[in-house]
Amino acid sequence: MKPARLLNEISLSLKYMSPGGMTVKHIYMDYNATTPLRPEALDALLPYLKEDFGNPSSVHWAGRAVSGAVEKAREQVARLINCSAAEIVFVSCGTEGDNFAIKGTAEALRAKGDHIITTTVEHPAVLASCQALEKQGFRVTYLDVDADGMLDLQALEQAIEEKTILISIMWGNNETGTVFPIEEVGHIARKYKVRFHTDAVQAAGKIPVDVQSANVDLLVLSGHKIGAPKGVGALYIRKGSRMVSLLHGGHQERNRRGGTHNVASIVAFGLACELAGAELEANYHRVKALRDRLERGILSSITEVKLNGHPEKRLPGTLNVSFSYIEGESLLLNLDMKGIAASSGSACTSGSLEPSHVMGAMGVDVALAHSSTRFSLGPDNTEEEIDYLLEILPPIVQRLREMSPLYNK
Amino acid sequence: MYTEKVMDHFSNPRNVGEIENPDGVGEVGNASCGDIMKIFLKVENNIIQDVKFKTFGCGAAIATSSMVTELAIGKTLEEALELTNAAVAEALDGLPPAKMHCSNLAADALHEAIKNYKESGQ
Repeated sequence: MKPARLLNEISLSLKYMSPGGMTVKHIYMDYNATTPLRPEALDALLPYLKEDFGNPSSVHWAGRAVSGAVEKAREQVARLINCSAAEIVFVSCGTEGDNFAIKGTAEALRAKGDHIITTTVEHPAVLASCQALEKQGFRVTYLDVDADGMLDLQALEQAIEEKTILISIMWGNNETGTVFPIEEVGHIARKYKVRFHTDAVQAAGKIPVDVQSANVDLLVLSGHKIGAPKGVGALYIRKGSRMVSLLHGGHQERNRRGGTHNVASIVAFGLACELAGAELEANYHRVKALRDRLERGILSSITEVKLNGHPEKRLPGTLNVSFSYIEGESLLLNLDMKGIAASSGSACTSGSLEPSHVMGAMGVDVALAHSSTRFSLGPDNTEEEIDYLLEILPPIVQRLREMSPLYNK
Repeated sequence: MYTEKVMDHFSNPRNVGEIENPDGVGEVGNASCGDIMKIFLKVENNIIQDVKFKTFGCGAAIATSSMVTELAIGKTLEEALELTNAAVAEALDGLPPAKMHCSNLAADALHEAIKNYKESGQ
């Protein structure tokens, strides 16, 4: 059997040999999936892959040369979310941070209680951690959301019981961008003296995230969502919070997380946090203006489009829409052929047979869930890119609709 | 992920549309699994003269629909009934493993259309 050529090879070759000799410009609109490495972060990390190779746990000159860099990064991360550097633990990714926060709390507070509260729209890292704990005998309440993907604070308060040891509620949703009222959640958690964890992987660096004003006890960040490399993240653990480690090993991270530091990535992550904090307000307005331009353009040029997520309380760069009668992956492939990278809640792109659990939780009709398409913008996108998308999208949608047995003109 | 042939049939699908007054219509799949395929047949003297399709689904669903119409045209009903989903996938130089079960239903839709023809056309 001859080896099949891969789609990405085809799209790469399209870049050079598309019909008519035109090149297809690559336009990235999937910033919630990952972001390009910031050039400043790359410059900052390179020395730690070359001459500054030491292990920060070593006492000698090679170790000393890099331990300061790790501690500087810790301060930079801490400043972004308004905590102290000692409360930051570096981890390998957002998923590890969520696992650590949830399982580490469950094990540490087992004697106190066996009940956890979360929502139906969390990232799989949170949902799967909770499900793993259910197998060990913990009880989990999954709070529903409304049609806009918004949380009911009354339901949260009613779900709290004497044996509740943890509330785990995300800051901003990765699929719809819906932003939960985290300060109110923190207020309720504090009132009932329940520990509060939030997955802020999508929110941090895009909207103000302050663990003091929101009364957050545990918060997870991921480097590659804000211009740092993949493979680094952080868990904030409020001072005095008893935790059981996930990775037992050496004495790194004050015995909270064993494993040699990923020095170069940590340095880049620290700088990315500092830059995200400094540029937060300007980027918020810039990215939101681009997103709003795209949203208005799609809603005015294409009929039967549904906005998924909260109309206002939303991350600035996220737009999730369903185009009636067409399936998400076929739309993504067409966009990809035109150079545009986006993503979908269709089962075909999730690697499972079910469409997005977030769409399901919002009560989105199953065909519309398969059609849900996410454009997530970042500070590098331009108005020209938005306008190009708005130009090519309506005919693609129309062509797919005319192919669809669900569509009656 | 997808072969060149799949991408060709996905980008330039053959025989898209409906046949007016078809001799047989077959539909498989449902919205919850994300794929719905509808096949329309024109049959003369036991031979498939024309096939058209309409599909809601992913790249594999559209490409297999397109391929099955090409494979079926000109075949006798008996020959067409021997066409399998696996043969359609093979004609496309294969599908990703995840797609073999969920989006590879085009031959089933063709068989449904033939069944519909036989039931209604007596």
